[in-house]
Amino acid sequence: MEEKKGYRNKLGLMGWLSGGRYGIERYAYTLHRLTGLGILTYFIMHIFVTATRVQGQEAWESIMSTLEKPFFKIGEFLVFVAFAYHALNGIRLILTELGVFMGKPQLPVYPYKQSTLRQRPVLIVVMILAAVVIVAGGWDFFFLK
Amino acid sequence: MRESTAWYLFLLAGLVIFVLLSIHMAIMHLDSILLAMGMGYENVLKFESVFARGKQVFFMVMYILLLGAALYHGLYGLRTILFELNLKKGLQRVITVVFLLAGIGLFVFGAYAAIAAYQMKMI
Repeated sequence: MEEKKGYRNKLGLMGWLSGGRYGIERYAYTLHRLTGLGILTYFIMHIFVTATRVQGQEAWESIMSTLEKPFFKIGEFLVFVAFAYHALNGIRLILTELGVFMGKPQLPVYPYKQSTLRQRPVLIVVMILAAVVIVAGGWDFFFLK
Repeated sequence: MRESTAWYLFLLAGLVIFVLLSIHMAIMHLDSILLAMGMGYENVLKFESVFARGKQVFFMVMYILLLGAALYHGLYGLRTILFELNLKKGLQRVITVVFLLAGIGLFVFGAYAAIAAYQMKMI
């Protein structure tokens, strides 16, 4: 039998995409970073696009006529979805960071409750809220215009 | 600045963005729902309404606050992600300086646009 030479301590793409044994919070974390990067990219373009209003009505209307196309509308909705997720998940992260809803510190005497499980109800609540915001946004984006 | 101070500013900026961006997103993207409830603005993307909002002190101040908080939060967040790649100290310093300069540059440009829009006269 051929012996393996060393152990390649790299998970590759799986390290990014798989939550492994960390549970749902790990996926929440990956999604938080992805949405954050997406929003930052949009935001920097947004600064330049909205600044065209200073050049007057014609400049504004010419750029807006391009951005009215379906490709950009769908992109804009994706930014809205990313915003809803990132904002509400971010509130959960700040609450967890500051120890809100995490209970009093206690000795780890068996059977104890893990901290991830203590904050999980908050995760469920913020995800429901995010879903509501996304549905309201989708309704407004695609059905009320 | 101590890293922990920068981190708490990052959280604080996040909270500021939460409040201001919620207002911004509601006005821009939940406009039809708000109008049905008797609130909000019509034709939010028409030049006339963009112009009219820019002339209000509330929106001018809100845009500049949002600009500053979002640039800090976004660039610090990206810096955090990059720093987790085990970069050398020198490269870390380069990233910090580049992001700081880029943030200041974008802030000056965006704040100039908000103030120029506030002072604009209708043609």
